[in-house]
Amino acid sequence: MTTRIDTRFAELAHKGRAALVTFLMAGDPDPATSLDIVKAMPAAGADVIELGMPFTDPMADGPAIQAAGLRALGAGMTLKKTLDLVRAFRAGDDTTPIVLMGYFNPIYVYGVDRFLVDAKAAGVDGLIVVDLPPEEDAELCLPALAAGVDFVRLATPTTDDKRLPAVLKNTAGFVYYVSITGITGTATPDFGRVAAAVARIKRHTRLPVAVGFGVRTAEHAAAVAQGADGVVVGSALIDVLKATLGADGQASAGTVPAVARLVGELAAGVRSARRAAE
Amino acid sequence: MDGRDEPGHDDDRGNDVDMTVQQPNSFRIGPDEGGHFGKFGGRFVAETLMPLILDLEKAYADAQADPAFKAEMDGHLKTYVGRPSPLYFAERLTAHFGGAKIYLKREDLNHTGAHKVNNVTGQIMLARRMGKKRIIAETGAGMHGVATATLCAKFGLDCIVYMGAVDVARQEANVQRMKALGAEVRPVTSGSQTLKDAMNEALRDWVTNVTDTFYCIGTVAGPHPYPVIVRDFQSIIGNEVRAQLQEAEGRLPDSLVACIGGGSNAMGLFHPFLDDRSVEIYGVEAAGLGVETGKHAASVAGGRPGVLHGNRTYLLMDADGQITEAHSISAGLDYPGIGPEHAWLHEVGRVKFLSATDDEAVAAFKLLSRLEGIIPALEPAHALAKVATLAPGMPKDHLMVVNLSGRGDKDLASVAAFVGGQF
Repeated sequence: MTTRIDTRFAELAHKGRAALVTFLMAGDPDPATSLDIVKAMPAAGADVIELGMPFTDPMADGPAIQAAGLRALGAGMTLKKTLDLVRAFRAGDDTTPIVLMGYFNPIYVYGVDRFLVDAKAAGVDGLIVVDLPPEEDAELCLPALAAGVDFVRLATPTTDDKRLPAVLKNTAGFVYYVSITGITGTATPDFGRVAAAVARIKRHTRLPVAVGFGVRTAEHAAAVAQGADGVVVGSALIDVLKATLGADGQASAGTVPAVARLVGELAAGVRSARRAAE
Repeated sequence: MDGRDEPGHDDDRGNDVDMTVQQPNSFRIGPDEGGHFGKFGGRFVAETLMPLILDLEKAYADAQADPAFKAEMDGHLKTYVGRPSPLYFAERLTAHFGGAKIYLKREDLNHTGAHKVNNVTGQIMLARRMGKKRIIAETGAGMHGVATATLCAKFGLDCIVYMGAVDVARQEANVQRMKALGAEVRPVTSGSQTLKDAMNEALRDWVTNVTDTFYCIGTVAGPHPYPVIVRDFQSIIGNEVRAQLQEAEGRLPDSLVACIGGGSNAMGLFHPFLDDRSVEIYGVEAAGLGVETGKHAASVAGGRPGVLHGNRTYLLMDADGQITEAHSISAGLDYPGIGPEHAWLHEVGRVKFLSATDDEAVAAFKLLSRLEGIIPALEPAHALAKVATLAPGMPKDHLMVVNLSGRGDKDLASVAAFVGGQF
């Protein structure tokens, strides 16, 4: 089953460049502004949109994304409203892939089968669920694949060659390489090592490989885009978003343009690292 | 097992034991190789940690197969921890209630003042075997942090303890103890600033420091194999009780009572007796201001199955699956979950779950102090509070063993504030 994710990465491979994958928290700083930001992403240069599903206890995330989740929850965001947001975006854009990223508990509580039906209907293309390693594939990964929703797996610096095949086995859409051992938005990766790791993963799979955690600037994005098929930026966008908020956390007129501006810079970075068309 | 059981239906609700769950031939055979106790447990962790958890599982299996490991452990438990801990007949408490004959398992007399040291001794030996030099831990009341800081001092290891900022404020004495022992205490200001947030922060540390760091988890929760490791190291409690009561009374106990936050002291007492079907087993959760108020830490009575901190278990959460804040006067019970094996033992009906409020626990704290000259920690005071309702109705030859899991010095300020200085 070909998803919007497959189509988008194939198009970009043909153009000879990597995808810019932008991560923002659904409902941050409030559901209406969040929808405006997401709607602005494709024109600003995002190729794939990752949306965080807010959770009270995001164990793999650093302070920026933790705070974004709490802002969204404080504004009344729920998993159902996250799906509503995707549906509203899809009404005006039927090609930009949307990947939801978060933790398993809200999905488990929503009900896995019901969630997959509703997510697919809303226009979700893929899922990244941080606390579901291959050992727990029966929980969501296999049902998602059966429902036609890509389950995007994280590979990390601790995933050695012996373990990599198990990690890649049921992965679909793309592989998300976590560039550091650590939490989101805290450390800058060694881009030489990242390139080597991406090359290693690509020896094991034909899927596109996107790199995230610690990519903050156009220069970073350009460096990663030389070897990877996608560049994921999250905490840096959320930092910019946060800087535009009022004293009590409400959005300002500058919120959407500020995020779009950084996305534009990152997109230019990604596009500067053109590779030979495949 | 059905890994995709859908929660939210009435039969998953806390108090109603699902009678359709088949009783196993043995209650002591779990978990399966994926770390499941029925549908509970598992390994819900980020990929970065998964190889580390598999390494730990292997190292633990190797240690168990090595007689030298057990011999060294027994030596430390005897000469450093001070085991076996006494099984004490509480004569005046028994007379006061006028029913069951009450024995207290004196885990409060261990070095560091609680049962936590049993598990920490084992895990630190495991860390040494694995060549790890940097130890991290989460703590609520501070007893697990103190035990970890203590063993790290003894073995010359770096120790970093994550503790919610709220707990740092209400358990000042234990913070000072950890610092005196050379540990670094890192107050956690994210989320509700209590034990669950300390555990989040410890996991964030571990995912960042993957090569040199050993995460010493303090309770029978977390990803597999932690619930098994902690249970096994704590089972010395129940094993000693069996031998000690045999010596004192010539037979098995009729009932066991222990408090449950994550549930390590309870599992340590219960697990050796799970297949002795004549033994009634009671776990006591913290009802805080009352389960009906929503301000409590009773995951079984007021929660439902979900996934947090590496395992599926009963959790306190809202309709959207967001974890809600637990409340208890006892920092050690102030956690919105429970160990997965306890969740399973509840579901199959082997352990009966009760809950005690802050008021009941404080009353029991005062009662034991006055009647027996033993100041209990607020955590086992919850167990004692339910002894007050269970014991009077029992015959005088009913042997009831209560796990007195820790000493109450750390709680004097909290209790004094609660009772307005009027002990």
